[in-house]
Amino acid sequence: MTVIPGGGLMNPRMTFATAGRVLAQLRHDHRTIALLLVVPCLLIALLAWVFDGQPAVFDRIGPLLLAIFPLVVMFIVTSVAMLRERTSGTLERLLAMPLNKLDLLLGYALAFGILAVVQSGLATAVSLWLLGLDIAGSAGWLLVTALLAALLGTALGLLASAFAQTEFQAVQFMPALVLPQLLLCGLFVPREAMHSVLEAISDVLPLSYAVDAMAEVATSSGLSGQATRDYAVLAAFIIGALALGAATLRRRTA
Amino acid sequence: MEGTSAVVVDQLTVHRGGNVVLDSVTCQVAAGSITGLLGPSGSGKSTLIRSIVGVQRVSSGTVQVLGKPAGSKSLRSLIGYVTQAPSVYADLSVRENLRYFAAIMGASPSDVDGAILAVGLKDKSVALVSRLSGGQRTRVSLAAALLGSPPVLVLDEPTVGLDPVLRRDLWEMFHELAGRGTTLLVSSHVMDEADRCSDLLLLREGKVMAQGAPVAIRDRTNTHDLESAFLALIDSEEAMAR
Repeated sequence: MTVIPGGGLMNPRMTFATAGRVLAQLRHDHRTIALLLVVPCLLIALLAWVFDGQPAVFDRIGPLLLAIFPLVVMFIVTSVAMLRERTSGTLERLLAMPLNKLDLLLGYALAFGILAVVQSGLATAVSLWLLGLDIAGSAGWLLVTALLAALLGTALGLLASAFAQTEFQAVQFMPALVLPQLLLCGLFVPREAMHSVLEAISDVLPLSYAVDAMAEVATSSGLSGQATRDYAVLAAFIIGALALGAATLRRRTA
Repeated sequence: MEGTSAVVVDQLTVHRGGNVVLDSVTCQVAAGSITGLLGPSGSGKSTLIRSIVGVQRVSSGTVQVLGKPAGSKSLRSLIGYVTQAPSVYADLSVRENLRYFAAIMGASPSDVDGAILAVGLKDKSVALVSRLSGGQRTRVSLAAALLGSPPVLVLDEPTVGLDPVLRRDLWEMFHELAGRGTTLLVSSHVMDEADRCSDLLLLREGKVMAQGAPVAIRDRTNTHDLESAFLALIDSEEAMAR
């Protein structure tokens, strides 16, 4: 095999090769893997301890954090990884090669999606079996929601990296773009109890739907209509962010 | 396609940040040649190379590679490109880097071993790129461009910082590749590499000072080495401007 035919938006072989490459990079970075997997478990354990005397509060907030962690962590990791790709010249090399932009983005999404499943699986297991988190819903839907949140974080991170010139800037996008969502997502005050202006803003922020979905699957057995609608909105945000991210990948630059 | 030219650049002008980086550059790279792109740092070598690869936004003029406009989708698997700074993943091993780029270029996995051998990194193939010296990283980057044996190689200062023996070996490989029909465009700011090229393109301040075989350029300027030839060309141009 020598030449790849030109057509098509994506090529599964290149998507998988990219995902494998991103995972190989992580595999060489043991400390990052340890941080990615252990920190969420420790934070949720800390939360359980903080609400030691109020198990009902932990049962409400615990699942929400299982949606927030993957989104925040994957946002930071992806935006820095993609920025490195831009500054090291590897992105220019890849875009001069027969790689579809979508293969690059989906490769990242796949790699970090796999990582998110492991991360969320661990955090969920620790919450349910070690910390006594009590939910009405199933662990399976908890994981699905966490995975969607992670993919959203990855997609937003890919997009945000286009607007950062340095790693310092990329890291600053976390407080700039994610913290406001955290304040408005319903974790601290239910969204419907906020000022109508704030509620309207929270209605267009993606994290709100990840948190809503998590609250829904944690409190009802099976998949409710509300949770399905939240999933649909999350999927739309993920696809939209990936499409915008693809648009920021320019083969020709100044 | 124009005769036997692999690359045809016509009236190419590139602006960056309000400055003219390339000023109506017209030149050709003959198919199967090793064309040396020479000029001081800041002369526009990298910009010309990026225009040929099709990753540079250009203001006016045209660039054709193998008869197609530079940047065409079908050209992406036909051009091997080495950027000036080694563009490989520092947190992957040499082999992991090349395996990934081979998958993207559609090259066979056996190409990876060939490329590692060609750049003399066999004993470093499982080492992380971050642990390699600058010269070794440059060679990993070069190896990545060799994958899939593209008919056109565009190399931006591929021999910077390499030891003389290695530089000689790489130039031997370039000649071998040219002998098999590969077209090479190699930029350098070291004049002593010019004599290893079959054709030269001298660039200064975004303009082509001269194009031709090394012997022809020396003869025309009545000089014995290319450094003097380059100076003579600058002097005569400045005399004309006065």
